[in-house]
Amino acid sequence: MRGTARIVEVRQNVLKQNDLLARELRQRFDDAGVAVISMVSTPGAGKTALLEHTLTRMRNEGLKVAALVGDLATENDARRLARSNAPVKQIVTGTVCHLDAQMVQRALDEWTLADFDVLFIENVGNLVCPSSYDLGEQLRLVLMSVTEGEDKPLKYPTIFNTADVAVITKMDLAEAVDFDLQAARQNIQAVRPGMQILELSVKNGAGMDRYFGFLNSSIKRTALV
Amino acid sequence: MHELSIALSMIELASEEATRHGASRVSALYLKLGPLSGVVKEALTFSFEIACEGTRLEGCELIIEAVPVVIHCARCQADEGIENIQDLRCPRCGDLAADIIHGRELEVVSLELAELEEVTI
Repeated sequence: MRGTARIVEVRQNVLKQNDLLARELRQRFDDAGVAVISMVSTPGAGKTALLEHTLTRMRNEGLKVAALVGDLATENDARRLARSNAPVKQIVTGTVCHLDAQMVQRALDEWTLADFDVLFIENVGNLVCPSSYDLGEQLRLVLMSVTEGEDKPLKYPTIFNTADVAVITKMDLAEAVDFDLQAARQNIQAVRPGMQILELSVKNGAGMDRYFGFLNSSIKRTALV
Repeated sequence: MHELSIALSMIELASEEATRHGASRVSALYLKLGPLSGVVKEALTFSFEIACEGTRLEGCELIIEAVPVVIHCARCQADEGIENIQDLRCPRCGDLAADIIHGRELEVVSLELAELEEVTI
């Protein structure tokens, strides 16, 4: 036996399958006129609380909303979100630490996209792995809570860099934990220059009007496309 | 850690290419990796070696080219390399620069394919 070797050029993105699928999904979302917004954060930053509140308020305003929620093992988040009476589907990822485009595609199988105005996707609580996977969303929110400290963006620059908007949550606790808002804003700008930043508290309602104003204008932009 | 998923995607991609070129083995894989890809080199190297076992890539050498982050500075009208991804500032003028040209790469550049040939003496 004798071996011969040759080099062939490939020049392909490793996640090409995911990227192609995400592109297809984005086109489907556009065609159906549904705005798709995803949320990423550490576990416990307040994604589910913010999303439950968002679904409830948007429904009250007459928007047809739905949510997909990724979780490693439990269906607790889906149960919490179902209290909003919006259609909610859980994606149990097992041991997988992120959602990918194929999981989103499969979860959408039984739904008719045109029935919705806005679809939310809550990613698995993780600031590392979700950064590599495009889900076809039009807007990605990265959440950080004041209890996590101002330097979260510096520790996880990549996820901030893939997101469009930073949402600082639990602002009602800012004083109790000596949260330095100015430093947090600077850190966000350093890893994602020009990033839109929203501060809010689901608990006391501070910043929520601005947050909804921002979401509504993004949704309108999507609907016009 | 999602490097094992990434390694499996690399193996799938490389196996398809090997089939396309009629090769029985992949002996080396050249990868471009940017700091903003979200993938850690050490974890990937470790995962890749394990994931290759029992495939046509068993024993495949993984050669990683680390690509720097390059931004385009609107003020300087120039492309500049950045060392620190925690501070995306133009090294010339100090402006924050949102326009990222390189640094997100996670790309299979080329493969070394090997054939096992029967030699009759």
